[in-house]
Amino acid sequence: MSRIDGKSLWLHWAVLIVLFALNFLLPEYHRGVVTRVLLLAVFAMGYNLTFGYTGLLSLGHAMFFAAGLYGAGLTIYHLGWSVWPAFGAGLLAGIVLAVVVGFLALRTAGVAFMIVTLMFSQVFYLTTLYFTTYTRGEEGLVLPVPARTLTVAGAEFGLTDPGTRYMTALALFAVVLIATAFLVRSSFGRTLLAIRENEERMRMLGYDVFANKLASMAISGLISAAAGAAYAVLFGYVGSGFASIQYSILPLLWVLLGGAATTLGPLIGTLLTFYVIDTASSYTSAYMLLLGIVLILLILYFPRGIAGTVRERWLPWLP
Amino acid sequence: MAAVTPLLATKGVSRSFGGLQAVQDVDFTLQAGETRALIGPNGAGKTTFVSLVCGRIAASAGRVFFDGQDISRLPAHKRVRAGIAYTFQITSIFSNLTVFDNVALAVQRHLLGARDGRLSRDTLREQSQEALALVGLSAQAASRAGHLAYGHQRLLEVAMGLALKPRLLILDEPTQGLSDGEIENFIALVRKIGQTATVLLIEHNMDVVMALAERITVMNEGRILAEGAPEAIRADEAVQRAYLGA
Amino acid sequence: MAFGPYLLLATLEGLVTSAVLALMALGLSLVFGVMRVVNVAHGEFYMLGAVLAWWFASLVSGHPAIGFLLALFASPLIVAAVAFLAERLVLRRLDYEPEATIVATIGLLYIIQQFALTFYGPEARPVEAPFDARIALPWFGYSAYKLAVIVVSVALMLATWLFLTRTRAGLIMRATQSDREMAQAFGIPVDRVYAGVFALGAGLAALAAVLIVPIRQAHYLMGLDPLLLSFIVVIIGGLGSLRGTVVAAILIGLSDGIISMFFSPTLAKMLATFLVALVLVFRPQGLFGAASR
Repeated sequence: MSRIDGKSLWLHWAVLIVLFALNFLLPEYHRGVVTRVLLLAVFAMGYNLTFGYTGLLSLGHAMFFAAGLYGAGLTIYHLGWSVWPAFGAGLLAGIVLAVVVGFLALRTAGVAFMIVTLMFSQVFYLTTLYFTTYTRGEEGLVLPVPARTLTVAGAEFGLTDPGTRYMTALALFAVVLIATAFLVRSSFGRTLLAIRENEERMRMLGYDVFANKLASMAISGLISAAAGAAYAVLFGYVGSGFASIQYSILPLLWVLLGGAATTLGPLIGTLLTFYVIDTASSYTSAYMLLLGIVLILLILYFPRGIAGTVRERWLPWLP
Repeated sequence: MAAVTPLLATKGVSRSFGGLQAVQDVDFTLQAGETRALIGPNGAGKTTFVSLVCGRIAASAGRVFFDGQDISRLPAHKRVRAGIAYTFQITSIFSNLTVFDNVALAVQRHLLGARDGRLSRDTLREQSQEALALVGLSAQAASRAGHLAYGHQRLLEVAMGLALKPRLLILDEPTQGLSDGEIENFIALVRKIGQTATVLLIEHNMDVVMALAERITVMNEGRILAEGAPEAIRADEAVQRAYLGA
Repeated sequence: MAFGPYLLLATLEGLVTSAVLALMALGLSLVFGVMRVVNVAHGEFYMLGAVLAWWFASLVSGHPAIGFLLALFASPLIVAAVAFLAERLVLRRLDYEPEATIVATIGLLYIIQQFALTFYGPEARPVEAPFDARIALPWFGYSAYKLAVIVVSVALMLATWLFLTRTRAGLIMRATQSDREMAQAFGIPVDRVYAGVFALGAGLAALAAVLIVPIRQAHYLMGLDPLLLSFIVVIIGGLGSLRGTVVAAILIGLSDGIISMFFSPTLAKMLATFLVALVLVFRPQGLFGAASR
């Protein structure tokens, strides 16, 4: 049982340093894309915790992302909260929802779990449509620019500035990356992996499987909500589209592509998907075709994804 | 009340699957320190019965007492923490993890629960190696569990049970599929375990049963048919009928 | 109009929904029952059926019934062929592993949607009903075609039932459903049965779609709602139980019709989805599952 060993720790730092440097190297357009990718990679890391490490295939994570998004967005828009408390409200909404949904959905397993999470997420989506007076449904809300000001240690940063936006997204990404890297190597992380491998055995070793899965769901919901809340304050837009089924399936795609149960897989998968779709959409509008084909090819030929395959073939120490 | 509280007692435990009564109204007691064998023809309800004891399956009726405490309503993982370890009839290990990690998972759980034990890297390693040494798998600690030979996988299964430091170890047909040489080593191992723990052993191989058991309980058609010392059971007519006549 | 006629109208509309839903859910249930996989692309087979129906109907001029009949036969066949191909090329290679299959059928969903968007376009288009008669009721006139939809789908369900219980192919399917290993041991080519069942399930969805396009228009995103409703029906009816599926379809279709007549359809969908998720959590065998087994 290894702690985070030297090599993998350096790898994580190196990735973060490269991402930091990109802020100064990237042209404006690409800096904006990578900002978005970083936030959605945080969402993917949250998804990876349940899907990759715990073996729970949820088809409803959009509701956690959207809980963060609306938790932050609605409090800013309707209550005039400032960024920090609104971010906190988003986190709270995410973790509460994850615990409640987890408590119910974890009574099921396998296919039933997927459908139950899908349905709960759909209920959330319909709820955002139903209360259209407050959410403006699909059309969404645009948050006022003055409200999107981040106060850190007395200094004020306008979150509409691309540089600040990039650095804020990177800060959140770094915190979540390092936290998950430690988490998955902790005794809790080992417990989750073992539950994924053989649940019945874990029960008969005295582990409370349900409680561990619930904890995994709660943390995953919290991370997903953090991504959503940050998305709301950084990009100033909150809409029902983020709660739709599409946003439950995308993190699955990102994690599958990048490599489930790897710490860097979510980033790789999200980055690649964005640029592939970006490149493809300059030739064709048929990005859904690409999405579909990539999903099928991945599940057929690369169920371990990029980082997973690299780990299996060449670098067994890869976290 | 001079009688010592038995380590394990069941009162009228029953379980049916659909219309089939797998276990019917079983009263059973096991004293601390004993090594008991549970035998009976296939389908007699032995595995179901021990599953009711360790909580893998919920009982339809009846109560289970462990060390005087009613544990009938406890979920399986709490019964394990109370000191009941179960090794699976069909080998159930973490094939993708190393042998060491398999055992370490059991040790980790035990240390998390123990009041004096602290979960530190050193104690984890120490106790895991101890359990592996006991079953003779130290040399294979770094291999993937799924790559072990079948006999070694059975031993790993036992090592995981031992690593929990249980007060009652339930072994469900541990020698199934082992070679004669492996069985001999196994008998020696269970003897060693039996010095410190109470053992409940489901077993088909009568040589193993006779070599290890202090007392034998015979089940047939979901009920206890007979119970007694090995010689008495060997001579019992009803037992012979159940085995030979059926 | 008074409350009574409103209720009658809502009930009739609900029965039309039930009839189509039952056909579609029957397909989903069949696939789940026999193959033990959840087909997320089922809604897209339905959509494909509707879009193809429009295409076939637009091919022929003359009486609308000709185009409709052509669609009624050709569209399910083509959809079944697509499903058959998908099964051979993808699902079989995944060994029907439930989670991998769901991911693969999600992929299939996107591919079919994209094809529909590219070749059919984003517009919603109707297909003309084969006949245009109205039956005069004391309070309002009601489309005879809608009543015909109910009759036809009852007939189609009976036909499916007869196929499953009276024919050799149906017997083989049911044998595979109840025990895959045993069926294999008896020399049933389980592999080919799966492909057949998957195609049949998709064909049923397409049939349902052809029946509905004269009432509701064909659109490339029309598959999602019926998919969720079919999930609901199959879950309430008990996964894999055909009788339960039909009963649940009637229940869901009627309540959908009646609730959305008097309340907001979004609220109706919200509550229905939530309640069904709870059913799945607390009674995974479905509301009628215990009775049928």
